[in-house]
Amino acid sequence: MAKKIALLQGNEACAQGALYAGCNFFGGYPITPSTEVAEVMAGELPKVGGKFIQMEDEIGAMASVIGAALAGSKALTATSGPGASLKQELIGYACIAEVPCVIVNVMRGGPSTGMPTGPGQSDVMQARWGTHGDHAAIALCPSSCQEIFSETVRAFNLAEKYRMPVQVLFDEIVGHMRERIEFPEPGELEVINRAKPSVTPEQYKPYDTSFGNVPPLAAYGSEYRFHVTGLNKAEDGFPTTKASLVDAEERRQIFKVECDEARADVESNEEYLTEDAEVIIFAYGSTSRSARYAVNELRSQGVKAGLFRPITLWPFPEKRVAQLGEQAKGMVVAEMNLGQMVFEVERIVKNTCKLGRVNRVDGEPINPTEIMNQVKEVL
Amino acid sequence: MAYDYEKSIRPGKLPHIWCPGCGHGIVMKGLIRAIDSCGLQKNETAIVSGIGCASRLPGYMDFNTLHTAHGRAAAFATGIKMARPDMKVICCGGDGDGAAIGGNHFIHACRRNIDMTYVLMNNFIYGMTGGQFSSSTPTGDKASTTPYGNPDPAFDLAKLAIGAGATFVARTTAFHATQIDKLIAEGIKHKGMAIIEVLDDCPTTYGRRNKFRSVVDMMKRLKDIAVPVTAAAKMTPEQLEGKILTGVLHKEDRPEYCEQYAKVIERAQGV
Repeated sequence: MAKKIALLQGNEACAQGALYAGCNFFGGYPITPSTEVAEVMAGELPKVGGKFIQMEDEIGAMASVIGAALAGSKALTATSGPGASLKQELIGYACIAEVPCVIVNVMRGGPSTGMPTGPGQSDVMQARWGTHGDHAAIALCPSSCQEIFSETVRAFNLAEKYRMPVQVLFDEIVGHMRERIEFPEPGELEVINRAKPSVTPEQYKPYDTSFGNVPPLAAYGSEYRFHVTGLNKAEDGFPTTKASLVDAEERRQIFKVECDEARADVESNEEYLTEDAEVIIFAYGSTSRSARYAVNELRSQGVKAGLFRPITLWPFPEKRVAQLGEQAKGMVVAEMNLGQMVFEVERIVKNTCKLGRVNRVDGEPINPTEIMNQVKEVL
Repeated sequence: MAYDYEKSIRPGKLPHIWCPGCGHGIVMKGLIRAIDSCGLQKNETAIVSGIGCASRLPGYMDFNTLHTAHGRAAAFATGIKMARPDMKVICCGGDGDGAAIGGNHFIHACRRNIDMTYVLMNNFIYGMTGGQFSSSTPTGDKASTTPYGNPDPAFDLAKLAIGAGATFVARTTAFHATQIDKLIAEGIKHKGMAIIEVLDDCPTTYGRRNKFRSVVDMMKRLKDIAVPVTAAAKMTPEQLEGKILTGVLHKEDRPEYCEQYAKVIERAQGV
């Protein structure tokens, strides 16, 4: 049977991906340029018996998502820059309480209100360090409508598997662009649901590490009954200030994502003509599409250029970037901000190659010529 | 035989953190009796709080419990209730938590008339942080951040809840211990948003700054200012000066939010 094909906007593809992943709760608040995600969910969720609620503010939206997730739902919220800022405290809550949920941030420009209808990529560091305190982060950054669909599915999978909030970041260009989407058949993409406890209700502890770094999570309203808090807690979920327990808990919550095994599972990159590349363009989101064009142009001019496109921004692909830094003479980081991921690249490649950067924050996309000019600077 | 509170308390979680003389324990006992009298099942009940002294209550209770972030109890609880309308959801917390930082969630939960019971323990102060004035501290009172007397007017939280659309609003005080469980029970049985404001005492950070010589003085004040709403009907405005009405202040029937959303599902599915 022929696959279902549609011409979808990135934001619509995101909502469709969420539904494919089994999302059954959306708590949101209107904000440009992400609102279409909420609009599609408002129409589609009740059709499948799911729940949509437009909350009174961004914080309430994030709170409702965590509450619903603890009651067993696969929960989603979608927002943009200022809304993501407002959600930060509760993203941290979902980190420490280990609540699976997905936060979509359709990135626009500026601090504060900035340029609501213009694209930006300036929330990538916020996605890593926006909430206070030490914590791990998973953030995915698709660059096409089809990939928004599949990465939204993957975001739910990672949230459920690692029991934590996962952010999907895409810039307004991809969010509002319309492209052909091929709907995967049910079962074609993997859909992961959280591990359920296997012990008796009397034995259940919501942070029981004897089951590994990601303890199984029961649902409110099941036969299991448990306590959840944003305080540092012991395995039973109750607050503790005991130094050894607090230390072990915080380290485990980072280790569960940053250990080699998890990194290998979570990291996802696309490489284009990097094998013999002397210069690597590091670009993500819509910027990577200009970068790909630049690589082709440069190759036609005899420049051995390649593209490294992180799809998983966090955890940062340290190993591969280090290898490419040693292989290449130069690297160019192109991003729609005034320099954010470039510092991560710099941290990893150190002085093994020359580093250039292309930055824009004027609401215009980075064009291939700008990237090509910078490539010539580092060669 | 004495009433058995322990059956609703998590083993090993007492003693609580509350100071001697604090009214929160009286409210918790009232909540336990109310839950018991309504026959709520532990696994099918969630108790949700924000941050502050009063918000530590759920940790002691042997139910599904959620200690959220400051001010956010009603919003987290809304997510639980939407996801599981069959569950009973009870929020609790203080005045600073529920009506200041959480004021927006509070009024919107009232507006939606979502089926929840919110026990708001109003002790007129931010206790856990050491006694700063809250949005319900009376004008002129002393707090650590109003050393010259509070210039702010105070919220009437019950009126706020009624104005925002809660369909059951009641008020009592920590002195009126036996009324607490009756009003909470009535709130639990009510279909829709039920607010039960309990005027409470904080001897440690409020009483000592405001010329209360003892907890007994604070309790006497709660007793003196409370006027049952039925008695108030026969009193003059002069007699009611400085008094606070107690009992069921408002009750109405209005469509409940989850039931309304169930109709949305039916319409979407073309049923």
